Amino acid sequence: MNGESSMFVLIALTVITAATPLVFAAIGELVTERSGVLNLGVEGMMLTGAVFSFLCIHVTGNAFLSLLVGIFAGMVMALLFGFLTLTLQASQVATGLALTIFGTGVSALVGQSLIGVAYEGLPKIAIPVLSELPTVGPLLFQHDALVYLSWLLVPAVAIFLKRTRPGLVLRSVGDSHDAAHALGYRVVRVRYIATLFGGGCSGLAGAYLSMAYAPMWVENMSAGRGWIALALVVFAVWQPGWVLFGAYLFGGITILQLHGQGIGINVPSQLMSMLPYLTTIVVLVLISLDQGRVRRNAPAAIGQVFRPTT
Amino acid sequence: MIQLKKRANPSVLMGYLAPVIALGMTLVAGFLLFAVLGVPIGEAFKAYFIEPVSDLYGLAELGVKAAPLIMIAAALSLGFRAGIWNIGAEGQLILGGICGGAVALAFYEVEAFYVLPLMCLAGIAGGMAWAAIPALLRTTVNANEILTSLMLTYVASLLLSFLVHGPLRDPDGFNFPESRLFHDAATLPLVLSGTRLHIGAPIAILVALLAWVLLSRTLLGFALRVNGDAPKAARHTGFGQGQLVWFSLLFTGAMAGLAGLFEVAGPIGQLNPVISPGYGFTAIIVAFLGRLHPVGVVFAGLVMALSYLGGENAQIALNMPLAVTGVFQGMLLFFLLAADVLIHYRIVFGQERRA
Amino acid sequence: MGQALAVLVSNNPYRAFALASQRTTPDSSHNAPTMGHRSDTTQNTAPLVSMQGITKAYPGVIANDSVNLELLPGEIHALLGENGAGKSTLVKILYGLLQPDAGQILWSGNQWDGSPIYLRNPADARSLGIAMVFQHFSLFESLTVVENIALGMAVPASDALRREIRDVSLRYGLPLEPDRDVYSLSVGARQRIEIVRCLLQNPKLLIMDEPTSVLTPQEVQELFVTLKRLAAEGVSILYISHKLDEIRQVCDRATILRGGKNVATAIPEQESARSLAALMMGENVSTTTRTERSETGQPRLALNKLNLPAKSRQAISLQQLNLTVHAGEVVGIAGVAGNGQDELISVLAGEVKASPNDMIWLKGEFVAQWSAAQRRRAGLCTVPEERLGHAAVPSMSLAENALLTGFHRQALRRAGIITKRRCRQAAKAIIDAFSVQCDGPRSAASSLSGGNLQKFVVGREILQAPDVLVISQPTWGVDAGAAADIRNAIQVLAAQGAAVLLISQDLDELMAITDRIGALCAGRLSEFYPTQSVDAQQVGLLMGGKTALEGVA
Repeated sequence: MNGESSMFVLIALTVITAATPLVFAAIGELVTERSGVLNLGVEGMMLTGAVFSFLCIHVTGNAFLSLLVGIFAGMVMALLFGFLTLTLQASQVATGLALTIFGTGVSALVGQSLIGVAYEGLPKIAIPVLSELPTVGPLLFQHDALVYLSWLLVPAVAIFLKRTRPGLVLRSVGDSHDAAHALGYRVVRVRYIATLFGGGCSGLAGAYLSMAYAPMWVENMSAGRGWIALALVVFAVWQPGWVLFGAYLFGGITILQLHGQGIGINVPSQLMSMLPYLTTIVVLVLISLDQGRVRRNAPAAIGQVFRPTT
Repeated sequence: MIQLKKRANPSVLMGYLAPVIALGMTLVAGFLLFAVLGVPIGEAFKAYFIEPVSDLYGLAELGVKAAPLIMIAAALSLGFRAGIWNIGAEGQLILGGICGGAVALAFYEVEAFYVLPLMCLAGIAGGMAWAAIPALLRTTVNANEILTSLMLTYVASLLLSFLVHGPLRDPDGFNFPESRLFHDAATLPLVLSGTRLHIGAPIAILVALLAWVLLSRTLLGFALRVNGDAPKAARHTGFGQGQLVWFSLLFTGAMAGLAGLFEVAGPIGQLNPVISPGYGFTAIIVAFLGRLHPVGVVFAGLVMALSYLGGENAQIALNMPLAVTGVFQGMLLFFLLAADVLIHYRIVFGQERRA
Repeated sequence: MGQALAVLVSNNPYRAFALASQRTTPDSSHNAPTMGHRSDTTQNTAPLVSMQGITKAYPGVIANDSVNLELLPGEIHALLGENGAGKSTLVKILYGLLQPDAGQILWSGNQWDGSPIYLRNPADARSLGIAMVFQHFSLFESLTVVENIALGMAVPASDALRREIRDVSLRYGLPLEPDRDVYSLSVGARQRIEIVRCLLQNPKLLIMDEPTSVLTPQEVQELFVTLKRLAAEGVSILYISHKLDEIRQVCDRATILRGGKNVATAIPEQESARSLAALMMGENVSTTTRTERSETGQPRLALNKLNLPAKSRQAISLQQLNLTVHAGEVVGIAGVAGNGQDELISVLAGEVKASPNDMIWLKGEFVAQWSAAQRRRAGLCTVPEERLGHAAVPSMSLAENALLTGFHRQALRRAGIITKRRCRQAAKAIIDAFSVQCDGPRSAASSLSGGNLQKFVVGREILQAPDVLVISQPTWGVDAGAAADIRNAIQVLAAQGAAVLLISQDLDELMAITDRIGALCAGRLSEFYPTQSVDAQQVGLLMGGKTALEGVA
């Protein structure tokens, strides 16, 4: 009984670490999209966040500073995206692709010297008393700081969007930028802020990959997680709570692929590695079957260029 | 404050000038990057732009690299014009390589005229099949083709890895993840002996010309352009969105598949885990740099091919990381998107003076 | 302009007198404001707001050229002018959405006592007590009523706000449910949100931009009751419209703009619709006269209990539509926008297909399952309401836009290859026949004015000699000259034997040129009546949901 329980806890813990970067990237992109901006550059922002935070921990050894650097790197990339799409009104789809290509290149360039560098990973923070509880303790109360942060961030975003005035303004901008503009709201400014938040979250997601999940730097280490995060936002029909659920679902699938052989599934590793990508497609199809639900919840102005008619 | 003032009519001049401005800005940014990395600018310039194309072999290599880019980008530009975002050409290329390569291996040591055409057909079919999945999902359940086609790219490269590690591995290859080398009847004829320039290059030019005629002179091309600019007008006049999605994806899939087959039956000569240095993704940049115009794509393809060659040469000559190529390509696309603004807008710095 | 008008008017002794007694011309508008007929609210009061010498230029056009506008407390003041006269620009400046290039705004409300104000944005305007109901509502579909109102007022969407909404909606007879999602509401209810949102701010000045264009005649009367009540409470109302009868009915004074300049300030009650029109349009008064048509012929297009389920929750489902259009007649469908017009035109054009049982007959054939291309080849041409993006591709040249629907019925290709020369010729033919003002067939559709582009897209279909023409809102937002041209062209087409179905919100237009008329409301069609046998009020009842009129054949 005890052995089984600890095996369960062990697997659950790896699921949590696999899901956490997805939670960050997807919740950030969700906020960006709710303001009407489709940033396809999540993958590029994650890689940039991953490489710069790892570079920082390698140079300074300061984990907190490194996380900030990761967030900042993601935000710089998002700023670039914002400048092109919001100020210069370039196509969001094309710019997002460019951001991913650029981020992949930059991270590979910066990461040249970091290949093979070791880091012990973010320290775990055990919550006093609660972490002593059997099963529940190790499962919920013995994580690194970012896991706790991800659990706090999702409800915080949900409350922000649903219950606060700035959240209402953000949703209104995503619903109809013309109407928001007519009421005197600063559409471009709101979208910049939402895009920067998304970039910061993606950067943090990348930092989690290189500092906690792996922890090391490998070229292209996000391996499509940025794109999966984009799909998660659709899967979640733009609702924060569903992002958490979806991220843990995908975390579970990633772990299934790692532990497949361990639990007796004898399929070549490459085919097991396809699982997250195939699942993404299946999930997209399932969610798209109910077009009414997608259309009702999708921000109406998503991906549209805002041209103030003044 | 930077303000954009809409021009009364789009600037034709800027339409041609924007890619040139973007290239120029990329060069400047590139030299800044070299300065940061401590590489003398003169040497870097030589290594990137002069040395790779200073002899016939180098020029032929330019053609070898440009061919798949042009083929795929010419097809992509049709779809992009229609607002159909197939960004999984890389996966379709890999599937083309797998299917065509599998035919070559199935007909191993069969010296017959039909082997190569059969491989081409298989390559085209493989690319089309891979592209048909996002097309089907988009037209039936309206699943976003950007995400599905991209996910399938990861699946395709894992599939290739699985095959060359397993079923298609060379039985005499000491467990290296490679297939047998294709025999002569399964490799592409060269157009320039002593180089690696194969018939894929002239075919790529033909594809670009075909795409040009299609886009500018046929109802199908017109329908694609209408759908991209005003989807409601396309529906109103009776251009079916579904048909355009199918056409765009299948055509790109076919061209990417053929390009993949050309890679394995040409420069590579076998199946290995990495048959493309990201041609399918770079072709997206080529398509934009070429103004989504098949003829522009030919020039853009040559430019981007040079960035590959320069990158490889600089790695050898200056010990520069290969990743610089990716940085360059990303920057170029950024600058291009920024420069495109000049077509429709004038940029005004500060507040416009009040009258 | 003002000078020319004075000369023109002074040729007529009676009208010269009228001018002297009632109108202030631009030259005299700085004098004391003319007294309104409702002396109880307007006597001896300083203007609430005074816009002086407002000038605003865009590249190639001066939208406002030294325009003056003065509003007294508690008056309903019309801002009258054609499309393109500069009304929208002026009110956007007054609401802080645009900043003038020159001129000043004086304000007497609050602590500002006739001093200049500078409105950087709508929030500035709102803080002074200026509220605006937009013509195209600035509502958020996915948000609730209370959220929408909260956004317009810079307050949280609280229970207190819900209570206030209920109070105001009761007091002014504007029923609203605070927690309904906006997308589920009718057009009239949406306008009520806008009005309630404005009223909650206790405005001193309420700007209403073409408020009646989305209402039935009966709803218009209800609105007028509300407006008069507000004015009686001391609120000034700036009422923008080009509907002369309404202005004469409800407005105390009118400022008339033409070509971006002041033409006159008049008292509408003492003017005729015709004299107001003369002021508004200058020399180009163009009217639409009914052309006589010979007997109508065979049925060309018939709907027989056509159903179309709604595609989304926002869309309208069409239910049991019956309709017959004969050769040689113009049949009109009245109705407020959003009652199924878009769905009807898309099902007639073949953008969406009805099930085979829901028959559409075109010259005796079942066409419900035909594609859009098949219908056009068979002679059913359609012009949707939205010019840019639906009827025409904005970025493409007129030649390419001629190809857009022309290739079905005209030889514009040879062996599958598009002949660009023929496309240009086709475009040239349309430009010439309908005097479309543009730089020739190569100019982009988006570079044309609304009226000229509308003439082009209507002309494109008419020159294809359709057997059936379905046309939706052909004169919406079009200047009077172009509107008259289009209406005449439609009548000529019918006189030549085509069947024309005209879907329009403009009741005057329908009464003027149709032979039979009915209305679309909530996806259902009313009975149809000979236009000569009904009046606007009766059609208004049909627009409001009655399916048949008593006592009319």
